[in-house]
Amino acid sequence: MTEPGSTTTSSGAYAAEVGEPVADSLVEIDDLRVHFPIKRGIVLDRTVGHVYAVDGVSLRIGRGETYGLVGESGCGKSTLGKAVLRLEKPSGGSVRFDGTDMSRMSGEPLRRMRRRMQMVFQDTLSSLDPRQSVESLLVEGMRAHGLDRGAERTERELRELLSAVGLPASALRKYPHEFSGGQRQRIGIARALAVRPDLVVADEPVSALDVSVQAQVLNLLEDLQEEFGLTYLVIAHDLAVVRHVARRIGVMYLGGLVEESDSDSLYERPLHPYTKALLSAVPVPEPEVEDRRERILLSGDLPSPAAPPTGCRFHTRCPWRQPTRCDTERPEPRDLGGGHRVACHYAEEIRDGLITPNPAEGSSSAGIS
Amino acid sequence: MALLEVRDLSVRFVRRHEPTVSAVDGISFDVHPGSTVGLVGESGCGKSVTSLAIMGLLPQRGTEVSGSAKLAGSELLRLSRREFDRRRGKEIGMVFQDPLTSLNPVVPIGVQISEVIERHRGLSRRDAKREAARLLDRVGIPDPTRRLGEYSHQLSGGMRQRALIAMALACEPRLLIADEPTTALDVTIQAQILSLLRELVAETDTALIMITHDLGVVAGMCDEVNVLYAGRIVERAQRHELFSRPRHPYTAGLMASVPRLDSPRGQRLAPIDGSVADNIPWERGCAFSPRCGNALAVCGQRAPELETTDAGEQLRCHNPVDATETVERADD
Repeated sequence: MTEPGSTTTSSGAYAAEVGEPVADSLVEIDDLRVHFPIKRGIVLDRTVGHVYAVDGVSLRIGRGETYGLVGESGCGKSTLGKAVLRLEKPSGGSVRFDGTDMSRMSGEPLRRMRRRMQMVFQDTLSSLDPRQSVESLLVEGMRAHGLDRGAERTERELRELLSAVGLPASALRKYPHEFSGGQRQRIGIARALAVRPDLVVADEPVSALDVSVQAQVLNLLEDLQEEFGLTYLVIAHDLAVVRHVARRIGVMYLGGLVEESDSDSLYERPLHPYTKALLSAVPVPEPEVEDRRERILLSGDLPSPAAPPTGCRFHTRCPWRQPTRCDTERPEPRDLGGGHRVACHYAEEIRDGLITPNPAEGSSSAGIS
Repeated sequence: MALLEVRDLSVRFVRRHEPTVSAVDGISFDVHPGSTVGLVGESGCGKSVTSLAIMGLLPQRGTEVSGSAKLAGSELLRLSRREFDRRRGKEIGMVFQDPLTSLNPVVPIGVQISEVIERHRGLSRRDAKREAARLLDRVGIPDPTRRLGEYSHQLSGGMRQRALIAMALACEPRLLIADEPTTALDVTIQAQILSLLRELVAETDTALIMITHDLGVVAGMCDEVNVLYAGRIVERAQRHELFSRPRHPYTAGLMASVPRLDSPRGQRLAPIDGSVADNIPWERGCAFSPRCGNALAVCGQRAPELETTDAGEQLRCHNPVDATETVERADD
């Protein structure tokens, strides 16, 4: 995350930072798969298929950086976040946290490891126990991890924590329903920070909040990262939010990572057809931009993750679909320079304008308008 | 002449043992055929209650509606329930945020659409069914004849919203009210639905009231924008004027607090302080004043009136943002 004040990063500095693989990564995900069995039958549970929620994702999250994961509902971004925290057991592949393979851990070592990774949820009302006071909510985690050493010290730490997230000390005796949505999200963040984690996974941290309050929470996350040296994995459907907070962004589609890059280059030069469509679909609060921008409308809906299309998962909706390879061969993410990875067979040709989008087809609105 | 004229519309919720809540507090606006008017604001600003009042969908017990809403010259607010039933759906179509709760889960969507056509247009069952298929095709649902027999749970979110739009269009209403029509949808599906709505307005001369909290949607859709705060319109302008130089501190604040896809990364957002819980009642002063960076002493003592500015916009503010200033995003 850039420091406030340095508004833009020069491209030279960027290339040096992102060009090489992140030397010091906190989280290393390799070929991660999370498949959920679909069961049928009354007496015998027969597995009749799988939902391929996450299907072969590899990525690195550098220490102290903010990694943004975007995608539409059902793309597997939340499942990936849970798998990083080992709240979902991977069906294949590995998640290494600070060098330790989490997928093989269990019991007490896993529990102790969990102190170092915390989660901030979307729905602040359902993720805070309505019958616990703020104090009890915050102390619970500390106690579980043996960080609660003496009433006086804990009390002081709680006050510091509350002031860090911008709540008055009087909040300790109150209950979640006494706060507004934005304040509740601050409590959720304070709870995550109470055990002094290294990694915070924030799943849609602001999407339930009013626009004017979203900015408060985003700024807060930024400040806390600097103050506590946190690493963030921010999961969101809102590209503008992710672009604002994250240095590196991964775009997911139907269980796979289709594009990954630093956020400026992703926005300026999206290479994957899905990312192009996604970026062109986000409304921008500026009439001039809205009037003249080129929209890439995708035809149809997201296919079911229980029966993903063969080959490239996006080929059923892709305006740049080609007759060969797209429907037979699944593209692997390739580095097209500067750490910009794209999973598309024809990324270079599309970038250089050698392939043009197919004309609109059928009754549904496809193609470029 | 305007198709819809709303004058001094107020909605109050009266409850025993609890203070009366003024959800909408004297709102006036016009909607012309073939144009899109936006009602924008955050949760609790009264934008949805306004639309429910116009459509006569507020519960009768405990609500006091006053003012006037005239559709093509005829008053809507004094209609009896039966008269409303006859006109709603025929002259005014509506699209809601959540298509799953707006559709009946145990009736095939084809029946739900042809029901509207049979009732308001008096077509036979067979013709109504054919018309329903035509409508589904019109809103971009592939294989419409097969879809007619399906239930709402068999459709995807985007398709449900299309079905709902088809239903709203069934009687070619002159006025369409869309209340957060794309909030529950993914962005790529949202783009599909918005382009469909844009097309409809352009082709059929329908008037559209677009209710949303998303400034991006407003920027791309609306001709005129009404910004609501705590039940009152605080600013009204054409969209180009509103976005290039917002005059009300609330409008300006909203714009500065949204992260934008096209702004340089690393810029700090400038949030509005506090939340709607900090409002003061309009009777005491400007409801926004406790959160306002431009607030003067007078703001907490006397509520400003909605006045026309030199530029022809409407503004409710004692100390507006300087008109010569463009939107500044704080970078500290």
